[in-house]
Amino acid sequence: MQVNENFEPVIVAFCCNWCSYAGADLSGTNRLNYPSNVKIIRVPCSCRVNPMFILRAFQKGADGVILCGCHPGDCHYTSGNYFTRRRITLLYSMLDFLGIERNRTRLEWVSAAEGAKFAAVMNQFVEDVKKLGPNRRLEDLRCRKQ
Amino acid sequence: MQEAMIKRAKELLADGTVNRVMGWKRGEFSYDITPAVFETAEELDAEFVCDDLTQANVSKYLIKESRKEGKILALLKPCDTYSFNQLVKEHRIIRENVYVIGIPGGPKIDIEKIKAKEISGILSVKNEDYTLKIETIYGTETMPYYEAISGKCENCKSKKHVVFDELIGEDGDVLESNRFEMVEKLENMTAQERYDFWRDQLSKCIRCNACRNVCPACTCENCVFDNPKSGIDNKAAADSFEENMFHIIRAFHVAGRCTDCGECSRVCPQNIPLHLLNRKFIKDINSLYGEYQAGADTTSRAPLNDYSTDDCEPSIVHERGVE
Amino acid sequence: MQRIGVFVCHCGTNIAATVDVKAVAEALGHEAGVVISQDYQYMCSESGQDLVKNAIKEHNLTGVVVCSCSPRMHENTFRKAAASAGLNPYLVEIANIREQCSWIHKDIASATDKAIVLGKAAVAKVHLNAPLTAGESPVVKRALVIGGGIAGIQTALDIAEAGFEVDIVEKEPTIGGKMAQIDKTFPTLDCAACILTPKMVEAAQNEKITIHSFSEVADVKGFVGNFTVTIKKKARFVDETKCTGCGLCTEKCPMKKVPNEFNMGLDNRTAVYIPFAQAVPKVATIDPNYCLMLKNGKCGVCSKVCTAGAIDYKQTDKMIEQKYGAIVVATGFNPIKPDKYDEFAYSYCPDVVTSLELERLMNAAGPNGGTLLRPSDKTHPHTIVFVQCVGSRCDDEKGKPYCSKICCMYTAKHAMLIREKYPDTEVYVFYIDVRTPGKNFDEFYRRAVEQYNVHYIKGMVGKVTPKADGKIDVQASDLLANEQLHINADMVVLATAIEPDKTARPLATMLTTQMDTNDFFTEAHPKLRPVESATAGIFLSGACQGPKDIPETVAQASAAAAKAIGLLCKNSITCNPCVAHSDELMCNGCSACEKVCPYGAITYQDKEFRMPDRSTAIRRVASVNPAVCQGCGACTVACPSGAMDLNGFSNSQIMAEVDAICK
Repeated sequence: MQVNENFEPVIVAFCCNWCSYAGADLSGTNRLNYPSNVKIIRVPCSCRVNPMFILRAFQKGADGVILCGCHPGDCHYTSGNYFTRRRITLLYSMLDFLGIERNRTRLEWVSAAEGAKFAAVMNQFVEDVKKLGPNRRLEDLRCRKQ
Repeated sequence: MQEAMIKRAKELLADGTVNRVMGWKRGEFSYDITPAVFETAEELDAEFVCDDLTQANVSKYLIKESRKEGKILALLKPCDTYSFNQLVKEHRIIRENVYVIGIPGGPKIDIEKIKAKEISGILSVKNEDYTLKIETIYGTETMPYYEAISGKCENCKSKKHVVFDELIGEDGDVLESNRFEMVEKLENMTAQERYDFWRDQLSKCIRCNACRNVCPACTCENCVFDNPKSGIDNKAAADSFEENMFHIIRAFHVAGRCTDCGECSRVCPQNIPLHLLNRKFIKDINSLYGEYQAGADTTSRAPLNDYSTDDCEPSIVHERGVE
Repeated sequence: MQRIGVFVCHCGTNIAATVDVKAVAEALGHEAGVVISQDYQYMCSESGQDLVKNAIKEHNLTGVVVCSCSPRMHENTFRKAAASAGLNPYLVEIANIREQCSWIHKDIASATDKAIVLGKAAVAKVHLNAPLTAGESPVVKRALVIGGGIAGIQTALDIAEAGFEVDIVEKEPTIGGKMAQIDKTFPTLDCAACILTPKMVEAAQNEKITIHSFSEVADVKGFVGNFTVTIKKKARFVDETKCTGCGLCTEKCPMKKVPNEFNMGLDNRTAVYIPFAQAVPKVATIDPNYCLMLKNGKCGVCSKVCTAGAIDYKQTDKMIEQKYGAIVVATGFNPIKPDKYDEFAYSYCPDVVTSLELERLMNAAGPNGGTLLRPSDKTHPHTIVFVQCVGSRCDDEKGKPYCSKICCMYTAKHAMLIREKYPDTEVYVFYIDVRTPGKNFDEFYRRAVEQYNVHYIKGMVGKVTPKADGKIDVQASDLLANEQLHINADMVVLATAIEPDKTARPLATMLTTQMDTNDFFTEAHPKLRPVESATAGIFLSGACQGPKDIPETVAQASAAAAKAIGLLCKNSITCNPCVAHSDELMCNGCSACEKVCPYGAITYQDKEFRMPDRSTAIRRVASVNPAVCQGCGACTVACPSGAMDLNGFSNSQIMAEVDAICK
């Protein structure tokens, strides 16, 4: 496979307000670097993330989508991330079944205290997606960038 | 069997138990068996059909029918009873307004498999001792019954009626089927091979919506694909493979609710094996969260509306099978 | 037609140093619907807010986007500003270009590009924002204080003083914490027990305060004003209501070889014990790891001698559930164990002790009754070496990167006390720096040097070697004299770093509060909100937030109490209007949403609808109770038809953000 050194992937990160978004803030407060490819969308809970949003992102040209939520058991809303875990496991399994590269999708639990983990996860994810190159398999040609 | 059904339906109409009958009649072509509602004994005598070609699952029609004045009689094959139960569970069908008679199931005959043998101008199909006698405008043809079995009956999961008020014929058992064989075969391919497989299949999609319209789990008052507010409503696709979004979302929406009735693949004019998407979800649910058969009962929690604190992480997708 | 205003904050140089804020304002000014796009040095300042307010009025704005710090920081500030200018506060969106952009990226070009994209996403979202009105939710007039050290006690006393019920949860059998173990306090050298124990008694006697000793927080649910906390009262095998604290059981208990935690394991206690004489509550506790009755079923002496009949071998852990309006965390600290530092011989030489151990050795209630003796041979030490910064200001993994703050002062105190009581003892202190900022602190240290002739040597101890004759060879360097030293010492005292209590991290998880990499709780703002956590209704008291001495701890404890009182004074707090709602026309009535709602906020009703064909139909539809809904959004995904949506985070809003980012 061709690896384009200059390829800068578009990465969408959905982060729950209470843990992961705060964890992302913390990694900022601690000045921990991760690539600017990562753009965060704040949601109240990881369980707010509809699989449609993830597919939409891929359709519109995202090269990787990562979903971050509170650790299982620590959900601000008690059980939200447990539902997330089932939904996202099944969705990612289906995308895999359709032959979509596994490393384009990820789910990570990042607490409000884990600023360092947030940065590490994002660094790793961006690196993994870079290796895969641009997302073509799930892209909608109508949305392709000019 | 058809006579027994008509006889019993007429009795139930006569004694006022029901005022309508949900059954089937012949369509534009005699082999096109179509769901239909009958209101009188005369209509039943004249048009009611339930033969080897009668495949359609009528449970979806009962959502609307069960909300009308009076009770309706529904004749349900074993597989249809699962769909029926699932719709009762989701408060879509009002159970009290339906009188259910369980009728024997397949294996049913798929007319397309006969046509595939280059038999055309078909007038009628008769099963004579497991040989199909096909009358055509060009004369009579024969073929073995088993060569024409409908795809949806090939891996029958159950001969058991999970809900009924009475039975015509005998009740059967839940069967050991190898319905996940093809899913497993795909799982064992490489990601590229899987992608190529689905690209081949899904590029055939003409987005006629037949799969959605027939699916007894797709019963939304207003489908997200028809709702401009959903953000994913219909648009012309630049590349036909882009219909994959439609199929993924549709499969996800029915995940944990799909009873594996096989209607989606049966009605697909492009012969896309859509049921494989649903079966993939069913297989994953069974293996990750415990055996679950949608529609087997009306009380259990749907797997996607449930959780266990020790569920596996999505990374399991990365850890198993072939990349 | 939307009229959106975009306001890009420099945050001094916090944003402007890495993000070209002018370029961001320029680029966003070209977005559809944006009628004004400005940048300003400090958007959160009064003049910055005025800029926003004036623009709202002048341009009749229908939406505001502020590109600034995290919405967790100033979303409320700008919402209030908008409201005061007559714009619904929920028509404000924040693009986080500080914590999630300028602070993490170094390259100006890519950080600016990212800031523009984040701004575009916020503009796309605000296009779809709808005005929302907040409801109100009642405040439970009761506070929980987690930890019963001096911080927790002070916070509880202050809250109780204001007239509110307070519960203290303390994991040990008594409140008092670390301060109860300390002998004297700097810089006044007054006795710790003399100033602490009256407060402990006051807490016990205050009718507004309930002390749950030997208890832990097991679960926290809910939100500001309305937390539901499960407290685990660990089995102490003694009925608290019956025990009179007479101590007869502790005298008679045959199991006398239990390391005494209160004296840092320097002597022993019995299996049934009261940690110290002034314990509150003064109630015995049976240690199940050592009690012969609980281990083998043979003994029962304590039960026989207890005239109150308080011993209950069958007692089990008990869970109690209580509702609170506010929670104050006061979990405190522990000194680290220096056994990883082989060079100090701590793990195998009994005469190498930590400062807290020395504190007990010198305490009148300690193992030697207040006479300083070497633990090994109970002889009087004539030469004592203090080693500073053991595990503090340390780059490697054995220690902590921060300054533990209290060690310089307590070492000066120890040195002074020893020189005062035993003038024949030579005292050496090896230090990296002596840090004594604080009222009367430096004067105190200088007294140690000048008046008490304590030998302060700038330099690090390289190796501590116990010798055959019982002496200890301390090899060190004197950095100022630039020479190697060998001191023939009798005792070595290690000023070990302090770290947050181990219970803090799991607690932070339960409370959904932030922690730093050292496990200290993170305050909502390091300067302006030092006693609040970022999670509403959770306050921080004492060393759980960072190393502190006693005066600082007490000051912060009272500050945390003031914040908690401020919350408890309110009868209700404004609710989050970002709750779910169902579109009845699309609802299938399938109950999927109801199944996933953790709050039971969704109910169903049969409603009559006029259908497109003009017939009427009865349909089962969902409705959400906005006072109960907390806005997680689980239902919105469970809903197959998309009838269920979430205010403030609607399907179309999130997809608009996705589109803006992916474009």
